[in-house]
Amino acid sequence: MPKLHSVRELEEVRTECLKQSKTSKPCLTVCAGSGCQAAGALDVLKGLRVALERAGMQDAVDVKSTGCHGFCEKGPLMIVWPEGTFYNRVTQRDAKDIVASATNGRKPVERLLYKDPTTGERVVREDEVPFYARQQRVLFGNNGRIDPKNIEDYFRVGGYQTLATVLLLKTPEDVIQEIKRSGLRGRGGAGFPTGVKWEVCRANPAQPKYIICNADEGDPGAFMDRSLLEGNPHSVLEGMIIGAFAMGANEGYIYVRAEYPLAVEHLRVAIRQAEEYGLLGQDILGSGTNFKIKLVQGAGAFVCGEETALIASIEGRVGEPHPRPPYPAQKGLRGKPTVINNVKTWASVPQIINRGADWYAAIGTARSKGTMVFSLVGKINNTGLVEVPMGITLREMIYEIGGGIPKGKKLKAVQIGGPSGGCLPASLIDLPIDYEALTQAGSMMGSGGMVVMDEDTCMVDLARYFMEFLEEESCGKCFPCREGTQRLREILARICAGKGKEEDLPVLEEMSWMIKETSLCGLGQTAPNPVLTTLRYFRDEYETHIRERRCPAKVCRELIAYEIEPTLCDGCHACVQVCTTDAILGEKKKVHTIDSGKCIKCGACLEVCQPKAVLVT
Amino acid sequence: MPKLKINGIEVEVEKGTTVLEAARFLGLPIPTLCHDDGLTPYGACRLCLVEVFNSRGSRLVSACTLEAEEGLVVETHSARVERARKLILEMYVATSPQSKTIQDLASRYGVRECRLEAKNKDCIECGLCVRICEQQMMAGAIGFAGRGLHRRVACAFNITSPLCRQCGTCLYICPVCEQRCHGSAAETTLCNGCVNFATVCFQSYDNAMCFLDPCHACELAGPFRKDVPIKLQAETSAKS
Repeated sequence: MPKLHSVRELEEVRTECLKQSKTSKPCLTVCAGSGCQAAGALDVLKGLRVALERAGMQDAVDVKSTGCHGFCEKGPLMIVWPEGTFYNRVTQRDAKDIVASATNGRKPVERLLYKDPTTGERVVREDEVPFYARQQRVLFGNNGRIDPKNIEDYFRVGGYQTLATVLLLKTPEDVIQEIKRSGLRGRGGAGFPTGVKWEVCRANPAQPKYIICNADEGDPGAFMDRSLLEGNPHSVLEGMIIGAFAMGANEGYIYVRAEYPLAVEHLRVAIRQAEEYGLLGQDILGSGTNFKIKLVQGAGAFVCGEETALIASIEGRVGEPHPRPPYPAQKGLRGKPTVINNVKTWASVPQIINRGADWYAAIGTARSKGTMVFSLVGKINNTGLVEVPMGITLREMIYEIGGGIPKGKKLKAVQIGGPSGGCLPASLIDLPIDYEALTQAGSMMGSGGMVVMDEDTCMVDLARYFMEFLEEESCGKCFPCREGTQRLREILARICAGKGKEEDLPVLEEMSWMIKETSLCGLGQTAPNPVLTTLRYFRDEYETHIRERRCPAKVCRELIAYEIEPTLCDGCHACVQVCTTDAILGEKKKVHTIDSGKCIKCGACLEVCQPKAVLVT
Repeated sequence: MPKLKINGIEVEVEKGTTVLEAARFLGLPIPTLCHDDGLTPYGACRLCLVEVFNSRGSRLVSACTLEAEEGLVVETHSARVERARKLILEMYVATSPQSKTIQDLASRYGVRECRLEAKNKDCIECGLCVRICEQQMMAGAIGFAGRGLHRRVACAFNITSPLCRQCGTCLYICPVCEQRCHGSAAETTLCNGCVNFATVCFQSYDNAMCFLDPCHACELAGPFRKDVPIKLQAETSAKS
């Protein structure tokens, strides 16, 4: 690979790459993100290659693995270019038919096309699928098109062009002003204006300066940073190099979870390729800018997503936060000015500079600009990653993009912003999603996790679950967070066990307030959100648990009992066979009964009972 | 020399001074459990929180880690601070009711009931022992192990460190592993012994006790203090 010494050389390489791909060869791209890999994407890839070889077409058709498309529910996904035919739920056995259609008749394989659940019609192209139709894929747009392990692919879609423009034509001040004008806010969750942060760092006379990419994505159910790093790592690198130029930093770090092996691998490859092309290192594109990036892997602590704890972890100390101020932009890594931004923030930077601050500022609401990536999970038909403009309502998210709740059940609540986000009730379904609106409703943007819950979820149990998570993940340095999360969990567990007291609710509220006000870092300051929001919107459920010793959603084990309805039981014995504690009595062909003393309420009988005779009361 | 405003009083301090030091210089008491003048600030006990005002509103910041800056506006005993402090102390008392230091602070800052279950933990993880061992005794024999609820002070690999000279400084500085004062009939979670005994020399500040440190009321009053119920005391002190 030639080392590029100027912008002109970069453009020459790009022209060369484009020339190569200008052939009319069909290309089969298979999503090889973690989600699709788990569903068997690698087997599909293998199958396609074998099928091509058997057909003797291996030179006539390209096969490529790409990054995550976002529609993980329907994976493995693949697209046949140049037509853009979109297949979902592909298996190895379908490979032959796909190859045949791609090489001969070019008629799509009907059974693999996406079927619109409302109309029942097959859809050919990806952008016609309702899941994608409402989205605006600014960051993820290229994910399905490029091979993340191939820098030439990134060149083909205009990669590093923005960097060249910046190095050639702009001053650092221009870049910072552009970012400020765009209204970009930190995508890690807190929503601090990125441009302001950069300006503070630039104005700081201390040297050297550092920039860090925070890829320690720990929220359960959130995977947008992973998908971006897996699918388009160069966009993040490009953003970081532009940031380094703007702030005058010569060294950058990417702090990525060790639990993301594929993202780590792709990042390694991307950094190596960028170094080989001279896009990282000394004198980038002959501009005199020096910048190198080091990859640091996390050691499994959720709290290391907090910026001061992350810095401590990079320095080799225990990943515990320290009080701010001083902020990292004043005194960060090794006591030097440091800017930490989330993966999506860095990836937004080239887009903003390339298309202009006005374009970016036109997307979104008055105070929250641009697009936000949500991971839509839980009780929803279309699980996956969704990139939408800020200000979209929950209704559009859940019913139009998400395709509604499975089995026709009713929406009960949406948990936004990860474990320390808040639960919003179904009555707030028309709430436009932006930083301010969510904070006002008691939740937060967080990393963008969105867990949808139906009527089968007990809100007290949910709050208890999240407190259990946070109790384990609190670093334990400051007292309110360490002890407070334990106390909240204990009280909630007591309420779930039917031993709650009327006085518990004000204690929960007061202690939550205190933890929020007094904790050292963002983890503790947001930890009581699940408790506070469920108390605010679902107080009646807490009261039913305490006063009537009843769980309305029939979830809390101590408050429910299993019974067999004698009129429905056909004595099939299926429940007796699955019961591990021999709690079900009765002979074959006769009505069974459950011994409540022995029953451990595991629910196994409920699942196997064909005539639906097992009831939860 | 930055000039800042604490409780409305303007004060000029040397650069690098913390708000805690500035407030103490003015004679304003701020309670702490994890702070010691000879050790680096830690900011973990969260008792020294003060309300810091800026153009957008106010927030609570730990005074021991906050450096004095030009134009800083700080309130050390605002209603918000007092409420937060009282609730933290309620949790401290419930966690380690055997500590006299914590009981005294609870009395002084108006904790009059403890609604949480008592746990009798021997350690509040203030980190004083860890820091004094490392920074003053130059040993570094102990440190923190584990995370969250499993976090504890320990020697590496749970084997007494060869660096430990058994000097006992860690015991000396610990605010928890000392006995609470004797005198009350039954050991309840919350002692509040001092509250039941009020003499003319003790002033009260709103709902809180006087700022005498350490509070000698328990030692002085001994067996008498249970004789006078809290309500009656409040009346007598109001009269006097």
